Amino acid sequence: MIPELGHFALVLALGLGVIQSIVPVIGVQRRDGSLMRLAISTALAQFVFVALSFLALTICYVTSDFSVATVYENSHSTMPLVYKFTSAWGNHEGSMLLWVLILSLFGALVALFGSNLPASLKSHVLAVQSWIACAFYLFILLTSNPFMRLVPAPFEGRDLNPILQDIGLAIHPPLLYLGYVGFSIAFSFAIAALLEGRIDAAWARWVRPWTLAAWMCLTVGIAMGSYWAYYELGWGGFWFWDPVENASLMPWLAGTALLHSAVVMEKRNALKIWTILLAILAFSLSLVGTFLVRSGVLTSVHTFASDPARGVFILAILVIFIGGGLSLFAWRAPLLKQGGLFAPISREGALVLNNLFLTTACLTVFVGTLYPLALEAVTGTKISVGAPFFNLTFGPLFVPLLFAMPFGPLLAWKRGDVLGVAQRLMAAFAVGLVTIAIVVATASEVSILAPFGIGLALFVMAGAVTDVVERVGLFRVPLSVVRQRAAGLPRSVWGTAFAHFGIAVTLLGVVTVGTWASERIVGLKPSQTVSLSGFDLTFDGLVQRSGPNYRELIGKFTVRRGGLPIATMEPAKRSFESRATTTTEAALLTRGFSQVYLSLGDVNDDGSVAVRLYYKPLVLLIWIGAIVMMLGGTLSLSDRRLRIGAPRPAAKPAVQPAE
Amino acid sequence: MTRKQRRLALIGTSLAVLAVAAALVLSALRDSIVFFSSPTDVAEKHPAPGTRMRIGGLVKPGSIERGDNLLVRFAVTDGKTDIAVRYQGIVPDLFREGQGVVAEGKVESGGVFAADTVLAKHDERYMPREVVDALKKTGHWQEGDQKGSGSGSK
Repeated sequence: MIPELGHFALVLALGLGVIQSIVPVIGVQRRDGSLMRLAISTALAQFVFVALSFLALTICYVTSDFSVATVYENSHSTMPLVYKFTSAWGNHEGSMLLWVLILSLFGALVALFGSNLPASLKSHVLAVQSWIACAFYLFILLTSNPFMRLVPAPFEGRDLNPILQDIGLAIHPPLLYLGYVGFSIAFSFAIAALLEGRIDAAWARWVRPWTLAAWMCLTVGIAMGSYWAYYELGWGGFWFWDPVENASLMPWLAGTALLHSAVVMEKRNALKIWTILLAILAFSLSLVGTFLVRSGVLTSVHTFASDPARGVFILAILVIFIGGGLSLFAWRAPLLKQGGLFAPISREGALVLNNLFLTTACLTVFVGTLYPLALEAVTGTKISVGAPFFNLTFGPLFVPLLFAMPFGPLLAWKRGDVLGVAQRLMAAFAVGLVTIAIVVATASEVSILAPFGIGLALFVMAGAVTDVVERVGLFRVPLSVVRQRAAGLPRSVWGTAFAHFGIAVTLLGVVTVGTWASERIVGLKPSQTVSLSGFDLTFDGLVQRSGPNYRELIGKFTVRRGGLPIATMEPAKRSFESRATTTTEAALLTRGFSQVYLSLGDVNDDGSVAVRLYYKPLVLLIWIGAIVMMLGGTLSLSDRRLRIGAPRPAAKPAVQPAE
Repeated sequence: MTRKQRRLALIGTSLAVLAVAAALVLSALRDSIVFFSSPTDVAEKHPAPGTRMRIGGLVKPGSIERGDNLLVRFAVTDGKTDIAVRYQGIVPDLFREGQGVVAEGKVESGGVFAADTVLAKHDERYMPREVVDALKKTGHWQEGDQKGSGSGSK
């Protein structure tokens, strides 16, 4: 009964979606307020019904109702309760339902909190949002129904893929989807603006918080996925340039560009057309990402098997929305008025540069991800494009971007003085150069890139600090004034500083791990010791243990440093009988920001065991940087001007606030 | 600067960055991509020793031999041709006889494939797509080998 209710609720949501797709648009044409207001109620009702549908699916999973096909395929009665919950979206059908749940949630949020939007813009936005929702409701109902029943009902399920039975992966997809789908709001606003043929600075002010929220979720979602791959896949890598990872990186890059260009549009009323295009592109890339992951066209470490009908359906959605969006852009964008003027060297100029590098970097990732697919489709030749390609293309494009990053916030709007800014960045330059000198002097046998990368990271960090120091006048005015100014500083300034600091923290982690990580792969017999980077690990023996739905073989290790025992480590191999699968559970020992990483390989007949041992210096910085970026986003989101909403265009102050 | 000059400066910079990016992409595509071959392709085309490539197929049953220092020798087969593979290190959890595998490395002068990466599937129901295609070509693929569908892992 419950699965049928869930199915029915989804069909009702589709019905409401169709109404919401059409009626508000007619309402705008006839200037009928009641027709336009209808979108608000339907948006809320859609969310309620999709939520009911999702709840029904969750109940099926939690109660292990194996008469439902997806539950049978992806759950098991002995699985811990938390994974019964998370397996609801740990599969294709459920994750698509999660996708529309988030989509309808965003629609409902616009309906609830968009009271300061002009009625016609709001109606158009909700209608476009509903077009997207309808496409995905149909996709689920026609090709990926999660409520399909099995007759007769099997007695036991086939279990969730063991590598997905992990708390990191429980949080990863919802965050990633919040990001992907969050860009749908920017897309809907862009399409609505094109439909109306009107756009102003207030538009950017409405779009920014949504984009920012989506960007924050995507940032943390990508970081979570990377950390999951690091500890769960057992070989200690944090980024593989795998197509599925690239699928999430591309919308992130486009979204980052969008955030920055929306600033120019909001403050200076310039770059309007470009911002609209980026909003369309950011969501298009999210759709491309969904297509790549969900259609099964890719071979990747995140393996998928799926049915071609789904791929074709998503491809159709892709063509309609991206093609339609871009055609509408080509047709209507010339109607939008050009914005303000600015000199090439100015804050606007810096933000344009930022956009240029971000979109170009995004393009190289796009080429690297899709070129193998295109080549195979055209010539049948199979190739793989791996890390070397991306290191050679993405890397060189990101370096100038990072180098220019501290300059941007210090430049003035309209016309900047790059020499003056360089003077103010003297301290930051000094920090960077001294770091390079120290690294070159102390470290031996490293490539020239390592000291340069670390110097760059510290330069960016110092630059972010300089920005705040300059604004509050630290060292120049009395401390009490500094405190006052710091409190009065717009939160978005703190947000910028945090986000820029965060990316430098991530860079620092990436460079140190890339340069100084050490690795040993050895076979060990009990009581033998292996040493790496000052840690001595003694293998004490193997122990068997049984978990709720697996048996595990645990290697016990004592870690010593300078002869003194400091910890024990217990890497394991879990075998899941229900799927005849083994997973490797790495053991991690955290010392400061660095980690010792130990995972088990094969156990040989003579009682020896193969182990993979890594020392990863400052590896945690990679993910801490992402958290700092998210903090920056949160600070920006709490900025007063976003909280109180956009002022009427007439009330815009003639003088820009000092930020 | 006039409006026109500003626009030209903007367009010029954009084109310069795009040109640099295009040059980077083209040079990287020439040097750092890896071609995929089946064991039959390798046997027929005799690639020059030292050429980096990926091979895929099934681990031939009964071919796995373990040596000292985590050395693993096995044969990859597409049902028609076998190729001997040598790998030093820890093989993935799902590396088993009769199962699909993809190895990346170089062919040595003796015809042995020295792998530096061995990838197995992540899920017992999934077969790497290249392997499926390689097996289909030699007619050693039966529909239904890939039991169940619609399972994803992310």
